[in-house]
Amino acid sequence: MSDETGKSKTKTSRRRFLGAGLALGGAAIAGRAHASEGEAAILEKKDWNQYLGDGVDARPYGHPSEFEKSVVRRNVAWLTADPVSSVNFTPLHDLDGIITPNGLCFERHHAGIAEVDPAEHRLMINGLVDKQIVFTMADIMRFPRENRVYFLECAANSGMEWRGAQLNGCQFTHGMIHNVMYTGVPLKLLLEEAGVKTNAKWIMPEGADASAMTRSVPLAKAMEDCLVAFKMNGEALRPEQGYPLRLVVPGWEGNMWVKWLRRLEVGDEPWHHREETSKYTDLLENGKARRFTWEMDAKSVITNPSPQAPLLHKKGQTVITGIAWSGRGTIDRVDVSVDGGRNWMPARIDGPSLDKSMHRFYLDFDWDGSPLLLQSRAVDSTGYVQPTKNQLRAERGTNSIYHNNGIQTWHVKANGEVENVEVS
Amino acid sequence: MSKFLKSAFVALSMLAVATPAMAGKFDLGREATAAEVAAWDIDIRPDGQGLPEGKGTVAQGEEIYAEKCASCHGDFGEGIDRWPVLAGGQDSLKSERPVKTIGSYWPYLSTVFDYVNRAMPFGEAQSLEPDEVYAITAYLLNLNDVVDSDFELSKQNFVKTRLPNEANFIADARPDTPVVAKGTEPCMKDCKPDAVKITGTARVLDVTPDEAKKQTGSLD
Ligand code: HEC
Repeated sequence: MSDETGKSKTKTSRRRFLGAGLALGGAAIAGRAHASEGEAAILEKKDWNQYLGDGVDARPYGHPSEFEKSVVRRNVAWLTADPVSSVNFTPLHDLDGIITPNGLCFERHHAGIAEVDPAEHRLMINGLVDKQIVFTMADIMRFPRENRVYFLECAANSGMEWRGAQLNGCQFTHGMIHNVMYTGVPLKLLLEEAGVKTNAKWIMPEGADASAMTRSVPLAKAMEDCLVAFKMNGEALRPEQGYPLRLVVPGWEGNMWVKWLRRLEVGDEPWHHREETSKYTDLLENGKARRFTWEMDAKSVITNPSPQAPLLHKKGQTVITGIAWSGRGTIDRVDVSVDGGRNWMPARIDGPSLDKSMHRFYLDFDWDGSPLLLQSRAVDSTGYVQPTKNQLRAERGTNSIYHNNGIQTWHVKANGEVENVEVS
Repeated sequence: MSKFLKSAFVALSMLAVATPAMAGKFDLGREATAAEVAAWDIDIRPDGQGLPEGKGTVAQGEEIYAEKCASCHGDFGEGIDRWPVLAGGQDSLKSERPVKTIGSYWPYLSTVFDYVNRAMPFGEAQSLEPDEVYAITAYLLNLNDVVDSDFELSKQNFVKTRLPNEANFIADARPDTPVVAKGTEPCMKDCKPDAVKITGTARVLDVTPDEAKKQTGSLD
């Protein structure tokens, strides 16, 4: 059957259906099953039971079902002055497993999405190297590659919650994170190709967008596990994630993962640029500010139920699920509390437990229908225990914006609605 | 490449001065030209590395700023609407609502030069001449009461010009909350003495009301 006939057949059957629908409308209503006989979902024929669907030529790049239309990134307009230098959030409450689909990975950019032509993209390495070097994308594709799954979390994730519960939804409180598999070249191989001089201690990645994003990264980290990635979840990076090339800095704050990567300077001192002085420094209560706070501490959050995903089924068996991650390794355990952190039950981690990657946990729970104060607490492979928000506030005050990895509480009410709360 | 091999290579390339820089292991990429490096290598460091030749006065800076920056950042760096505030906030860092500006927070002047030069004006990045960036930087210093209005900033006096909050940046001290020995179970039973009470609820229920704008801090 050719594509053409396939298409016209589908069309004809649809037209026939529409006509028949008009004529038989009354009959269909008359024939509607009584509730006592069973459910309409079973007793009545659906369009998709009878009529042909789209052919293989209809969706050359597939997209989710129209019934999943609400599963999208969302932004909070008043957080920033302009959507071009702003952020939107991953809909964590709609996802499961550990991999974030490419189109749902939260976006944070400082000068809009650069639309870069890969043929005109270059990566330069300059500074303290034996040979200042320029690579085309084709050159980069000829280096040995690696595949690694890593989470990327913005250091400002949950930053709105320092002073108390603010935003009602884990998409907004925790959605500046995604977890994808990167394909790329170890940064070490590119640096070695240029020949790093012995007095070098730092590198400075720079983006090709109109913010020309820069950060200082210790050379040791660059040589240890950074990647220069060109694929995410098997396909080319999305433009909003830095197409055609981005830096991957495993376990460290998202701002360092420079997108549209066009240059790496090698130096002997850090640069102290805007994103590591004015921003991404953690102001403490005593007026001092921590700088170079790169690692993302262990953190977890229950994604279901949560304010955007209430417990609609009332009491009985329910799946409590969430995600946990640590910039210092893997997650050893996640515990869940239903009484605001007084007593804890070990959750079940399911799916791959990978270094510096999201972990998925479940607690299969028989809800008695009474209100819950739901919390999750992660412990990572270094023994670090996710702290309460009040423990963090006691150490740092409430002005540090970044690195809020405190335990989140959701109040599940008797009617199944869920609210973001703080507890004693 | 081992240190030994590297020094052997260095020795070899010193013998043959005219040969091009040696190839890496994969022999991929090509050597960047001096003009290419100069075109992209615009970064400035606190020790002055990267500063171009040039100079500019507070008065010159005020004029350029009024034309190219004030529409967003305000005539005095006070910030229009939610655009960033660039001046003031001195002595606010320990308060409930710190105002972090070049004068109150930023540790190094080089960051101002570097950032304005690479990213501003917003939407027309890298359009300023070195003298203009020196002049705007001088004006921003003046707005923050760091220099007098007759000040001229130049490559020569740049590194000497310091920002007041430099000493208040400290190293990362995390983990600053408890860690348990590997394999140890954290507290599982009666971890809080009393039944837990709700002490606060989300202030922004539908996430977009105007009221929230006034109540909450900015993203970063
Ligand atoms: C169209 C509005 C606009 C104009 C015009 C503009 N800026 Fe900005 N400026 C911004 C925005 C938006 C940011 C924040 C960008 C970001 O964080 O991604 C910013 C950030 C800054 C910052 C850093 C603030 C901080 O606290 O980190 C400085 C300094 C600055 N601008 C200086 C200037 C100067 C100097 C000019 C004129 C040459 C200028 N800006 C023109 C919008 C503007």
